[in-house]
Amino acid sequence: MEFYVISLLNSLVFGMLLFMLSSGLTLIFGMMGVLNFAHASFYMLGAYLGYQVSVFIGFWPALVIAPILVGIIGAGIERYGLRTVHKYGHVAELLFTFGLAFMIEELILLIWGRVALNYQVPASLDFTIFKLFESDFPAYRVFMLVVSVTMFVALYLMLTRTRTGIIIQAALTHAEGVGMLGHNVPRVFMIVFGGGSALAGLAGVIGGNYLVTSPSMAILLGPIVFVVIVVGGMGSLTGALIASLLIAALQTFAVGYDYSLVDLLTLFNIELGSEPLFPDLWRIKIENTGPLLPYLLMVVMLIFRPKGIMGERES
Amino acid sequence: MLEVKNLNAYYGRSHILQGVNLEIQEGEIVSLLGRNGVGRSTTCKAIMGLVVPQGTVKYQGEDIAGLPAHAIAHKGIGYVPEDRWIFPALTVLQNLQLGQKNAKQKGRWSFEDMYEMFPILYERSNLRAGLLSGGEQQMLTMCRTLMGDPDLVMIDEPTEGLAPNNVALVKNLISEIAARKISVLLVEQKLTIALKIANRLYVMGHGQIVFEGTPQEFQDNPEVRKEWLEV
Repeated sequence: MEFYVISLLNSLVFGMLLFMLSSGLTLIFGMMGVLNFAHASFYMLGAYLGYQVSVFIGFWPALVIAPILVGIIGAGIERYGLRTVHKYGHVAELLFTFGLAFMIEELILLIWGRVALNYQVPASLDFTIFKLFESDFPAYRVFMLVVSVTMFVALYLMLTRTRTGIIIQAALTHAEGVGMLGHNVPRVFMIVFGGGSALAGLAGVIGGNYLVTSPSMAILLGPIVFVVIVVGGMGSLTGALIASLLIAALQTFAVGYDYSLVDLLTLFNIELGSEPLFPDLWRIKIENTGPLLPYLLMVVMLIFRPKGIMGERES
Repeated sequence: MLEVKNLNAYYGRSHILQGVNLEIQEGEIVSLLGRNGVGRSTTCKAIMGLVVPQGTVKYQGEDIAGLPAHAIAHKGIGYVPEDRWIFPALTVLQNLQLGQKNAKQKGRWSFEDMYEMFPILYERSNLRAGLLSGGEQQMLTMCRTLMGDPDLVMIDEPTEGLAPNNVALVKNLISEIAARKISVLLVEQKLTIALKIANRLYVMGHGQIVFEGTPQEFQDNPEVRKEWLEV
């Protein structure tokens, strides 16, 4: 029971962090048709800038300033980079974001070096908020949850209640149609790209000290975020939310099961010989397959439901 | 009001528009006829800036060729595309609101006008537009463009696939548009409608204008119909 409750809470925290990344990515994809390979790099940039600003003036200002900086950088990259490349088609755009991801990584290596940063949870949030059964639950995780839920509500209200949000929703299905009605679509693209980058930056600021802030953090999380938006359905926010929570739960819960194929066979009273074929394969435990499961889910999803959970188009 | 000279456009390597010349006067209804695939929709899209145009597109004396679509819309040209491009996830009301260029825009058309002409849009104003029937979506698309208060509106195949009662509604709306002194470029397959409401008409073939005249002149030249329109 303890394991289930704690795992559920942890997967909620990780799931909402994933959603903060995937929401921006799926909106950018839905609108511009571009899979932004550099999206996780903005998350990494958020963590590094968050660290740097918090060294200078503390964590709380960093929480606001770093995402804004990342958002401005993202908007600038869209305005002066991606927009120029746009007319050469999606392949050129894809390559552009691919190169961008490497550039951001190299830049971070140049400035902050190869070693993981000592980016710590702020002292004011470094305590146990409640005891569940026998385990301590850190206050910082509750804080992460509060930030990500607040962000979700704000994003939802912005998209459904404001005129800009309605224009963004419309552009998700028909960017051309929005343009011919007199709305400046390139500007909307810039807002979405900047906003999506800022959200990724925010995820970096609050996730960097919870996980690890190192130059490999983009490569570690990036592929999972792609899985989330494919499984959720490209361009669908609700889909991204469901898939984020699902994949986080899958990874979190898998860690707690140490069964292997040997155990399964034992259940049916089958004995493996002392030297079976592929001896390691039989002893792989579910907990070790955790990193693999999201990709398995994606492959299965692509075979049986290529448009994803909530998607309206084939991905 | 609109003067198109030697307009060319390409889709990849195919040369779709091969020097189109046409003009529309203030308050005129002009019909653009032709078989499928001769470039009528592309002509509209090139004028609207949705397809890259080569040549001259003069609107109110100003060359607008090469401007982005949203800038052309702000000059006062509206477009009702054949495949409608409604925003399915938004409500009918939100679709109409996006027709306005900004939240405060007031033009010749109000929400009440639209609801009066098409009570069904009022009844469904809070429904997702994707749930409307084809005919209702056509009404919505036309009303949405009109909410932006264009001085010239290009309407692409508005009656295609519609039931007869909806065709009548569309016809009424076009007459109402003309009554409010808005110029119309009407791309239409149904000759009866085009001949009835147009002041002038153009026939297109192979990416060019092959006939230009009044409906009467068109009637007097049956060989034009035979050569360029009949299948």
